[in-house]
Amino acid sequence: MARSQSRSKSSYLVPLGIFLALAALLFYGLGLDPKKVPSPLVGKPAPSFELESLLEPGKTISSDILKGKMSLVNVWASWCPSCRQEHGELIRIARESDVQMIGFNWKDERRAALEMLRRYGNPYVLSVFDPENQVGIDWGVYGAPETFVVDAEGIIRHKRIGPIDQRVWEEEILPVIEQYRSKG
Amino acid sequence: MIPELGHFALILALGLALVQSVVPLWGSFNGRRPWMEMARPLAWGQLTFLAVAFACLLQAFLTDDFSVRYVAEQSNTLLPQIYKVSALWGGHEGSLLLWVLMLGLWGAAVAAFSRNLPLPMISRVIAVQGMVAIGFLLFTLLTSNPFERLFPIPPEGRDLNPLLQDPGLAVHPPMLYMGYVGFSVAFSFAIAALIGGKLDAAWARWSRPWTTVAWIFLTIGIALGSWWAYYELGWGGWWFWDPVENASFMPWLAGTALMHSLAVTEKRGAFKSWTVLLAISAFSLSLLGTFLVRSGVLTSVHAFATDPSRGTFILAFLVIVIGGSLALYAWRAPAVSGGGRFDLVSRESFLLVNNLLLAALALLVLFGTLAPLIYEAAGWGKISVGFPWFNTMFIALSPFLVLAMGVGPSTRWKHDEPGRLARLLWVPLILSLGVLALASTGLMFPGNLWVGLGLGLSTWLVLTHLVSLKERLRNKGGLGGLIGDLRNRSRSFYGMWLAHIGVAVFIVGATVVSNFGSETDLRMSPGDVHEVAGYRFQFNGAQPHDGPNFRAQRGEFVIYKGERQIDVLHPEKRSYLSGGMPMTEAGIDPGFLRDLYVSLGEPVGTQGDWAVRIYYKPYVRWIWLAGILMALGGLLAVSDGRYRTARKRVPVPAGGGLARA
Repeated sequence: MARSQSRSKSSYLVPLGIFLALAALLFYGLGLDPKKVPSPLVGKPAPSFELESLLEPGKTISSDILKGKMSLVNVWASWCPSCRQEHGELIRIARESDVQMIGFNWKDERRAALEMLRRYGNPYVLSVFDPENQVGIDWGVYGAPETFVVDAEGIIRHKRIGPIDQRVWEEEILPVIEQYRSKG
Repeated sequence: MIPELGHFALILALGLALVQSVVPLWGSFNGRRPWMEMARPLAWGQLTFLAVAFACLLQAFLTDDFSVRYVAEQSNTLLPQIYKVSALWGGHEGSLLLWVLMLGLWGAAVAAFSRNLPLPMISRVIAVQGMVAIGFLLFTLLTSNPFERLFPIPPEGRDLNPLLQDPGLAVHPPMLYMGYVGFSVAFSFAIAALIGGKLDAAWARWSRPWTTVAWIFLTIGIALGSWWAYYELGWGGWWFWDPVENASFMPWLAGTALMHSLAVTEKRGAFKSWTVLLAISAFSLSLLGTFLVRSGVLTSVHAFATDPSRGTFILAFLVIVIGGSLALYAWRAPAVSGGGRFDLVSRESFLLVNNLLLAALALLVLFGTLAPLIYEAAGWGKISVGFPWFNTMFIALSPFLVLAMGVGPSTRWKHDEPGRLARLLWVPLILSLGVLALASTGLMFPGNLWVGLGLGLSTWLVLTHLVSLKERLRNKGGLGGLIGDLRNRSRSFYGMWLAHIGVAVFIVGATVVSNFGSETDLRMSPGDVHEVAGYRFQFNGAQPHDGPNFRAQRGEFVIYKGERQIDVLHPEKRSYLSGGMPMTEAGIDPGFLRDLYVSLGEPVGTQGDWAVRIYYKPYVRWIWLAGILMALGGLLAVSDGRYRTARKRVPVPAGGGLARA
């Protein structure tokens, strides 16, 4: 039984075809950011917590504060340069919007965090302190700044990875707030 | 001044590359000898200017010229001299310069060692090398110029990443690049053959040594990377299926298939379109690897430059080079393929299985590496593919490859009798099954199915190769004939033999270390003793210790077995003065049959306690020994006399070829 090596001419095009599909895929990939990981918590209740207040040591704040009002939970730290960038925008949002801004100080030192608030202003209604990433890990926080939009029933509706500027506020966050505002 | 000279030299090299790509190639079509004869001098000229550019950048490093941005980013006055040299290829721009220098080296080597090749063929080969050089030089000059100046001049550089300040890692990129770039030669030969419309045994004979040498370098480069990761990263791992590791493994798989396929094309005139496709694929995978680590498409511990604009350039380059060559393949391969019939039971069949499995493995590694991207593009969410998937896939396919590897060398070309093979190999088969059964059931030592599979397969490889050696020496006067056999034209057999034994050694090493190794995390106070695998580890605390450009905490561990002191280890936790995360230097007591490995974690408390990790790594050195054996095997094969004498004669296209073992 002999084997011949002839193939139909079109089968020689297969490698080229595979490669072009691969190139298209890679071209698409160039536009993506591999560091952006979407949150699996969107649409789920925010993980509950009990953390120390940043401003008043010894006082505990629980996640009940998220119920009843729409909240922005902003994860920040004094060592994070982008947090400083968005800080001005956060102050403007706190002033102009009726959403309650909760500060979530993450993997930081109390003294440095308070210094930053003193120097640049405090946009937060309440600030919690999570130096050991005990709660951040439940929320899927892996960098700063990150901002969670939580509706009045305590359900996470959006996670913004990265700093917030005017454009991000208007195009990404405000629509989510408007969408879930009427509920509860 | 000197960096500008280097920059200028690169521009000149680009100019030469442009001429090199066009004139000799055109000359090969219109038959003008003077045009074709320009090929060799052009290749030499390329190398000269690339060497000048490289020397200029080297000078900038050695004189701490921080007015050159790249030097300021990679180097530092406190950096030991040897690492100032290796810092040259520590970052994106410099490593590109190294890449293109290697390309010049290989091109000049082809020009030098090809005296007996027909002029049209060599003109085309060198022209294709020139085309690749154009792409890389354009990329370097337009987006990644290592000679860019920095103003104001910083008084001190940023420093070479501490992870890279290491002898193993200094050598790893040059070895790898020699391999990647070396496959460009096989690629150029393949393209030249497709253009010329002729693919015969002579072409295969010319391509083989080049491919084998490139493969040797790539093997060494990968083994070095694995060994370095093991002792430097501090967690005792030796392969992580990281995208950049995969980027080096895929060309290696394709290159291995290519080497074997070339053998068939040379000896039997078969597998022609396979060989051409593999030659194109091996180099294409090298180029693809270059793209993956510099474009930001995938994150990796290794990614050089995550810059989408650079990524777009390389991608466009890839489409032109790879797309162009595959299009040429689709157009011309049907005309050059065909020939060399063989039966179902024949060495060609087993080598075909070899080709198919290696290609499948390469494609699967590619798929696994790109899966996160594919999923995201299809909107299926973000995933990451890790160890478990790759390991499962690899372990599922490789046994078939190993089985074929055992039978192939004993099988005759073109036609063989299953009965004859069964008679030869039934003893290895029975013994291997025995080892598999014993090791799986844990009768002799704690074992499981994976141990059984690994040890059974390596037994199969070793025993079948002993049989094949015995058969070979039977006609050469037994064991005494071995030396004589090595001296004449049969080294390629021993090269194959040694390299295949290397694979068996690898399987043993990987199986044992994965199944019988241990990792112990614990907190130790000064004076504590802990026992692992029969060895007692005594921790004597950690003292501050300074190096040339770092401050460290240096721990002391004394290891005892029974009453005898085995070794004293000094793992360190280093903070480099230029900043950055602390680095872990492991303390290792190496051995042929086991490594004892200790690394410091974090200091705990205030009494000098430390969180430490103790590893017992049996047979781990066998993994890199395997790499050495494979490289030596390749070296033996390349030094085969038939390649040397072929250079002195005008080669006659060898039609069917004699059936040689």
